[in-house]
Amino acid sequence: MGLLSDPNRRRALTNLVTRLNTPLCVMCYIVGITWFLGLAFEPFTLRTYMSENAMGSTMVEEKFVYGDRALSYSREFSGHRKKVGGLPVDWLVKTMKSRGLEVYKQTFSRTLPFPDESKERYMVKGTNVYGILRAPRAPRTESILLSATCSEGSNNNQAVGLLLALASYFRGQVYWAKDIIFLVNEHDLIGMEAWLESYHDVNMTGIQSSPMQGRAGAIQAAVSLELSSDVITSFDVVVEGLNGQLPNLDLVNLFYAFCQKIGMLCTIQGKLQRNDWDTLPGYSHSLNTMLLMVLKQSSGRPQGDHGLFLRYHVEAVTLRGINSFRQYKFDMSTVGKLVEGMFRKLNNLLERFHQSYFFYLLPSLTRFVSIGYYMPAFSFLILILMLRALDLWVQLSNTPHVQDDEEQDPGPSMLSLATPIFICHLTGLALYFLPILSQDMATQHFPVSETEAVVFTAIAIYVAGLALPHNTHRALSGSGTECGWRSLKLLSLLYLAVLLGCTALINFSLGFILAVTMVPMAAFVQPSGPRVLYAFGLVLVSPACTLLLSIYFYHYLLEYPITLLECWQQFLMAISQGILDHHLYGSLVYPLISLFIYPCWLQLWNIVFWK
Amino acid sequence: MAASLVLVLLIAVTVRAVLFRSSLAEIIAERVEVVSPLNGWKRVVEGLALLDLGVSPYSGDVFHETPLVIYLFHFVIDYSEIVFMIADAITAVALYLAVQDYNKIVFRKQKYTLEAGRYPLDVVELLRTPKEMMYIPIKVAVFYLLNPFTVLSCVAKSTCGLNNAITALFILCTIKGSALLSAIFLALATYQSLYPFTLFAPALLYQLQRQFIPISIHSPRFWIFTSQYGSMYLGSLVVITCLSFFLLSSWDFVTSVYGFILSVPDLTPNIGLFWYFFAEMFEHFRPFFICVFQINVVFYTIPLSVKLKEHPIFLMFMQIAVISIFKSYPTVGDISLYMAFLPLWHHLYRFLRNIFLVSIVLIACSVLFPVLWHLWIYAGSANSNFYYAITLAFNVGQILLVSDYFYAYLRREHHLIHGLYLKKKDGTEETLILK
Repeated sequence: MGLLSDPNRRRALTNLVTRLNTPLCVMCYIVGITWFLGLAFEPFTLRTYMSENAMGSTMVEEKFVYGDRALSYSREFSGHRKKVGGLPVDWLVKTMKSRGLEVYKQTFSRTLPFPDESKERYMVKGTNVYGILRAPRAPRTESILLSATCSEGSNNNQAVGLLLALASYFRGQVYWAKDIIFLVNEHDLIGMEAWLESYHDVNMTGIQSSPMQGRAGAIQAAVSLELSSDVITSFDVVVEGLNGQLPNLDLVNLFYAFCQKIGMLCTIQGKLQRNDWDTLPGYSHSLNTMLLMVLKQSSGRPQGDHGLFLRYHVEAVTLRGINSFRQYKFDMSTVGKLVEGMFRKLNNLLERFHQSYFFYLLPSLTRFVSIGYYMPAFSFLILILMLRALDLWVQLSNTPHVQDDEEQDPGPSMLSLATPIFICHLTGLALYFLPILSQDMATQHFPVSETEAVVFTAIAIYVAGLALPHNTHRALSGSGTECGWRSLKLLSLLYLAVLLGCTALINFSLGFILAVTMVPMAAFVQPSGPRVLYAFGLVLVSPACTLLLSIYFYHYLLEYPITLLECWQQFLMAISQGILDHHLYGSLVYPLISLFIYPCWLQLWNIVFWK
Repeated sequence: MAASLVLVLLIAVTVRAVLFRSSLAEIIAERVEVVSPLNGWKRVVEGLALLDLGVSPYSGDVFHETPLVIYLFHFVIDYSEIVFMIADAITAVALYLAVQDYNKIVFRKQKYTLEAGRYPLDVVELLRTPKEMMYIPIKVAVFYLLNPFTVLSCVAKSTCGLNNAITALFILCTIKGSALLSAIFLALATYQSLYPFTLFAPALLYQLQRQFIPISIHSPRFWIFTSQYGSMYLGSLVVITCLSFFLLSSWDFVTSVYGFILSVPDLTPNIGLFWYFFAEMFEHFRPFFICVFQINVVFYTIPLSVKLKEHPIFLMFMQIAVISIFKSYPTVGDISLYMAFLPLWHHLYRFLRNIFLVSIVLIACSVLFPVLWHLWIYAGSANSNFYYAITLAFNVGQILLVSDYFYAYLRREHHLIHGLYLKKKDGTEETLILK
């Protein structure tokens, strides 16, 4: 408390902060970035371990040997699928029933706000089929779920085949203490959303679906399978869900533990683990893996079918079978054993997953970075905003002696501050609402498709926002005052700090990427000095440019670089997907960017053109 | 000034009416920061339903408001939105009038002291000017009516708005010098939420000062007035309590309202300090710590009254703030009442030390409350520790704010006596340190 009450010490501290402000900010930025890069270095991270007692100490023996049956199911399924030209509902119902499951189906339909060009769908109609295996040994209050999606195209047949083979095998076992739901959903995420909403009896996204006929207990965990080949070389685990939510780390550990036991290769972000952490290639490999996770998480999109479960408090992962050019392949029996083992351990769960971490980054499957380790990196970046704000505050509270002579009223300065903020947010509102509302008008007047209309309207509003607001105070009070832009900057910095802080709590990666790009420019913009440079820098760190660069960087990290033109196309697609994700699944990234981050950025843009 | 007050009232009513009609109202009414088990509207409706069925509203352990409130809403249930808006308007107008009156008194006092030449020469810049003081009442009204906390509380129909109105009327009557009305409203405020009984001290001190009665235990007039005011207060409290008894013909409400406030059985998270402690604590320590926590609320009355006996209105502000920070079920509505007083202490601004830090903490925490609540309850990825950390930070912010104002007030008084530019004996500039 001495620091807060002793005026001498306070003055010394304030002097230090104001005099060394720029060096301190630069140092904070460097420390923040270095800290983050250091997270991928193995000695600084923790080894993953199983926290859940119910799953750690018990042994299970996998006896699944019906890989051939799975393959024959999948062939039969693919034949029926070709014949029907979609999900063969009747065949599935019949097959599941004959295996002794309680089978139900659920139909749903959804009209998208505008056509989805990448998946070529607009008015979606479909059916989900699910069978419930009732637990013989316990009251039916809890359940676990295995799902396989059946979307357009001919992939994922093997997943459905394996699901059916597992269902018929599980039916013969006596040890189940939780209901097991086997779900085959159509139209991947849309079907999954429809099923989850009906199962939990909510309607959040305006999807129309038939009421649910049968339910099992509360779902404790879910595994989503993606298999498109008869043999696989490795399994890839996908964790990133809607809004960057992650499943409990124990579920990932469980998967890893079984891969170890069976001797299967397992990857995360498609990257195998390397053992040479002390060499540069080894370090850059794990950094690469972690950055891929950060980029995927920050998109806020569900990266697999499991992504929608997380919102309902259901821990879920997607297991994706990879068939590469490696020599050693695993057949369906081995894959089945892996899933069987995981389900038997999940069957032992006594309470919901809660022991292990929910906030983590994975540089590899054996190492994780918990929230306590990665938050400091982010805090250092936010500290820059705080330091700048403090500096501005000191400057503002020292100037009034000069200002008094000019007889400046508090009224107009308040107004000249409120107007740009108001206009910036109005532009944000337009960016949020107009693209969808005006698509009809745009398609009438321009030769574009609906999707293009939406995307280009969004870009047009975004660009128009740059030209719009920065003249208001001139009309109001003649010329912008020194005090005015400082106050506006102070407000913007604090606004940005609070925004980024909240974002980082919900989706760390998104918050961190935005902080890395926006914070340095936000800290140094001012209406004097090299303004062209400032303006250029600001445009470079604007959310849209960040998205463009992230896409480029993402493909670079995937070791699959793309040209600028491809990048631009991906960028357009990302925007339309972002808007669709918001309307279809309730992803928060698009509203966050358009209603908060973009207006805040516009305020900073205003400052550059203050005079 | 009256015109601008009407304008502010109109704006405030419009904002509230729009929010009442929007879909936000339902979400706001569910927020734990805005409604507590004591003042939630849902619970009042439940109580009314029980009353209509001829059952005691306190059976079922849901309803914890006082009988008078439930009988009030028994008649005006259909106009509840208007009642809450009127309550807010009454609070604002009462504070406006009270502050106007108080400013006149402060200015007159300053004038007399100045004429008597009792101020040191260099404190001219500390003296208050009519120009600066003219806008204070309207600022107080704006601070109350347009404070987001008040708006949220009103839209959630938290009965906290009614309590604030009663407290504001009590302040108005005290400043106007009506001892009887002041005692009645104080009794009502006490009856409503128990803690305001600590406001007895500032009200008494103010009225003693107003009637030029010396505060000393040897003066018989001091004792006469104190017993007069005390008996008026206790008398009206007894009358109100008995009235409640006759309305319901049972004493259920005493345990259900005051027992509920004092023993804190409902540990729903809120912005206060109680819930987490008592959720974590072993059961057999509970009575002891409840005593400690409750004594903590009222304990500050004595030292503050001794220190601030010359400045009862500031003491009242401190008391209201202390109650709203440390009470067992605080909501943002309680905070908005003491925040309305901040413009009144505008002249202390130059002595405030942490106002920047504190306002950032308060704003950031108010935004983080819903975020962490979402992470804890809906996403399931965070837990109660995250939410409580923010609660702690928020309360530390409030405490720093209040103690900062306290320090600034004392420092200004010190300067008014000893001069603004203090010199040490060796001629260097002296600094004041609060320890």
